Amino acid sequence: MEQMKVLLRNQGKPDMEDAKAYIATGGYDGLKRALEMDGAEIIEELKKSGLRGRGGAGFPTWLKLKFAFDTESAEKYIVCNADEGEPGTNKDRVLMSCDPHSLLEGMVIAGRAIGAHVGYIYLRAEYPQVRPILQRAIDSAYTCHALGKHIFGSDFEFDISIRSGAGAYVCGEETALFESIEGKRGEPRYKPPFPGVHGLFGKPTALNNVETLANISHIFRNGAIWFAGIGTKGSTGTKLFTVAGNVAHRGVYEFPMGINLKALIYENCGGIADGKGLLAVQTGGSSGPFIRPDQIDIPLDIDFVAASGGRLGCGTVFVIDDSNCILDIVRNTQDFFAYESCGQCTPCREGTIRVAQIVDKICRGDGSMVDVRALQELIDMLRVAPLCGLGHSSAVPIASVLQNFMPEVEKHLDGDACVWCNTQKGGRS
Amino acid sequence: MAMVHATINGISVAVEAGTTILEAAKKIHVNIPTLCYHEDLAVKAVCRICVVEIAGMKLMQTACSYPVSEGMVIYTDSPKVLKARKTILELILAHHQQNCLSCAKNGSCELQNLAAELNMSHALHFDPETTNFPIDDSSPSIVRDPNKCIQCRRCLEVCNTIQTVGVLSVEGRGHDSKICPPYGKQMVDTACVNCGQCLQVCPVGAITLHDNEDRYMAAREAGKTMVVQIAPSVRTTIAEALGEEVGTVSTGRLVSALKILGFQYVLDTDFSADLTIMEEGTELLQRIQNGGTLPMITSCCPGWVKFCETFYSHETEHLSTAKSPQQMFGAIIKTYFAQKLKLEPGNIFSVSIMPCTAKKFECARPEMHASGYRDVDLALTVLELARMIRATGINFAELPETPFDQPFGTGSGAGEIFAATGGVMEAALRTVYEIVTGKTLEKLEFTAVRGVEGVKETSVDLGGTVVKVAVAHGLGNARKIMDAVARGKSEYHFIEIMACPGGCIGGGGNPTRSWQKVRQRTAAVYEQEKELPIRKSHENPAIKEIYHEFLPGPCSRKSERLLHTHYINRQDIL
Repeated sequence: MEQMKVLLRNQGKPDMEDAKAYIATGGYDGLKRALEMDGAEIIEELKKSGLRGRGGAGFPTWLKLKFAFDTESAEKYIVCNADEGEPGTNKDRVLMSCDPHSLLEGMVIAGRAIGAHVGYIYLRAEYPQVRPILQRAIDSAYTCHALGKHIFGSDFEFDISIRSGAGAYVCGEETALFESIEGKRGEPRYKPPFPGVHGLFGKPTALNNVETLANISHIFRNGAIWFAGIGTKGSTGTKLFTVAGNVAHRGVYEFPMGINLKALIYENCGGIADGKGLLAVQTGGSSGPFIRPDQIDIPLDIDFVAASGGRLGCGTVFVIDDSNCILDIVRNTQDFFAYESCGQCTPCREGTIRVAQIVDKICRGDGSMVDVRALQELIDMLRVAPLCGLGHSSAVPIASVLQNFMPEVEKHLDGDACVWCNTQKGGRS
Repeated sequence: MAMVHATINGISVAVEAGTTILEAAKKIHVNIPTLCYHEDLAVKAVCRICVVEIAGMKLMQTACSYPVSEGMVIYTDSPKVLKARKTILELILAHHQQNCLSCAKNGSCELQNLAAELNMSHALHFDPETTNFPIDDSSPSIVRDPNKCIQCRRCLEVCNTIQTVGVLSVEGRGHDSKICPPYGKQMVDTACVNCGQCLQVCPVGAITLHDNEDRYMAAREAGKTMVVQIAPSVRTTIAEALGEEVGTVSTGRLVSALKILGFQYVLDTDFSADLTIMEEGTELLQRIQNGGTLPMITSCCPGWVKFCETFYSHETEHLSTAKSPQQMFGAIIKTYFAQKLKLEPGNIFSVSIMPCTAKKFECARPEMHASGYRDVDLALTVLELARMIRATGINFAELPETPFDQPFGTGSGAGEIFAATGGVMEAALRTVYEIVTGKTLEKLEFTAVRGVEGVKETSVDLGGTVVKVAVAHGLGNARKIMDAVARGKSEYHFIEIMACPGGCIGGGGNPTRSWQKVRQRTAAVYEQEKELPIRKSHENPAIKEIYHEFLPGPCSRKSERLLHTHYINRQDIL
């Protein structure tokens, strides 16, 4: 399948930080259209488009905006989650760098929809090079009346400013992100209340991923029907995929939703690098499951992947070749979760470290079936009991290894040390 | 309010919209175990012990935080729930230093109770991984043992949100996170005001009382003359600390117990509370008449005084120079009392029994040497006294009633109500009114300054001069008043401030508090005060006697020397 560049349509063009250059490509036409609509009409248009969140959970975007729309408040906020923290993911960085105004335009339209006049972009601390690009784009948007008072001559006003993260993975969780913007320790809040009712600074807030917001600008430029015609029935539009790991051509690609995973790896990305074989693929970022080579012939559609026990997440495809050991890979992932747990709730604070310790023990050849059972007990608890999404998904990687790679696990048990695992530095214990 | 209907474990329940699952379950007597939840504090939902299953939901939800909605089907007892709870508990226990037998919280530990409740009768599935952080006993009032902390975050709310002192915070992340003062400081080097409210809410032995029983024992062994004073609120909480009903007043039995514990002289701090009223009331009148600094603010609460010295260091001239009842008594015991009873003041070991952890700090202040000796040698709390009574094998419930020793065994009702928020104000108004107007007060109760409202105010007509007064309890409430004072915008003449919510009766040295208990204790204080023969400080015969025999009069030079103090600027702690 050929790439379909909608979000990346301006990739490679010069001066895309300049609002005039963006306008010359038809940019801000969507916003002008939205300015003639009221909030309910904008939300209805988004509903027709079928757009779903691109950050990981795939929640219908129109519904998220409707929650904030339905809550009465003089103050509301639009927040853009640009805290792209999933290891191996950089689609938002690419998008913000090559077409920053599409994000700003989407934010203004979302603001118009819910009646918000302030937007924040929460930018990942590790993207210092993106900040000046965004800032120049924002400044230029003010000059061209795409931001500020009387946007394009209307009575609508909207301001956007950037807030930097400080490097914590958990701050990609929406409520932890709010806490961080508010100047507090980045820790998730319990829900309900949900952000649409009680979000940033306690006000109704709609938080969306960079890619989701950028999509809004294209929906309003080309129409919901056009958008709904791309992709699959349940997952419309295009999707950015970050293909990382042992693949010949790594990078960020844009395809209609529903592209076959196997085709993506072997046809578009040139297959496994250095002529090696495929060991496993992890989809959806660090918190996604590891699947076997015989499981990759699937369409990358939000519901299909979810139904098969995985998650499309933010669209990351992490390819692992057969010179690795899956236990060593998952040890690294579980270390990551133990390290990134904020420590607020007991299951995640105490559970993720135990998972990491037991996986390390198995890697070192010291594990037994008793440890596998203890892991299963922790997995069952971690799936349902923690306070936030980080905790809930923290055991997905090891759970998928137990499910899909049990023979590999068994090889490591009862004193059978794995040469590869033992030579790798790993484990927090 | 709209009602919603749900079933919990198959039992139907109808509750107001917004009710949490935990509250709804209580209504139908379904017990859901909790740990971080505290009835007086905000919902935290961090321990996750109270997770329940809701039909149609993949995730479990915490009963303490999740509201019931129409048609909700809830299971609190399914195998899935019980298993998850137990795994969580095991994880906590594997990280918790379990030296229960030598822990101050042994027998009153919420984690211990939970382990029993959830039937932790087998070995843990996880290797114990306890920490070995140093124990911080640098504070005169509390001891912090981070190795026992389960990170429920109750203390954070109390210290940061309710008391607004802001000494405790979370440091580190994930498994390495811990609750501690910032920058690795010791408690003694922080702005901690020693109120002890954190130890009142700590479910485990992570924050406990700094126990000084050993010093009492050493003095007794050394053959010192043991003199003890009992604070107004102690008679209302000691029985509770020993397992009797909340609000049981046990003055006579308390005196008997202290006699058994080796105190030759058992005196009543109600007396020096009356003395405080005489000195402080006179000071107030002088300030009003002579254009002194107003509003004048009470200074009998050492937690509040340190708070003022730290956070409002430029406003300390508003503080009354009168010492607290404890320190006034300390100065009198080693001077007038010693002379009268022909005791060698240097051989007196002067102890106070207090509802308060900050009193330990107060009596150690270097300026508290007015008698030529350390005025009060040791401040013990109700909690310590209860332990001493138990350890001595005293059957408190069966003790006979013994009167206080004389002199100074007589206090008035005005001194008695110092125990509750608004009490000092009410006591002062009773005396000041009669002194200024020369008339007898017909209704003694100033109900406007009673009760649990955070800031209370009223005004009193003192024969033409209207005096505006306010009462605040809890340091967060004190801030509300003090910000106006600092801006020069306060219209009050006289303000009472107590650090602990509810006043001394809710103090950090009492048995574990809740607002429910504090209300019951307060009711008991006022109930018994009504029955006392003398209810105004200036009518206390012991007060008349001391101003006749020993002191020339309130705020005289001798009073200034013995009964008044000065304050320090502690801003640099911040």
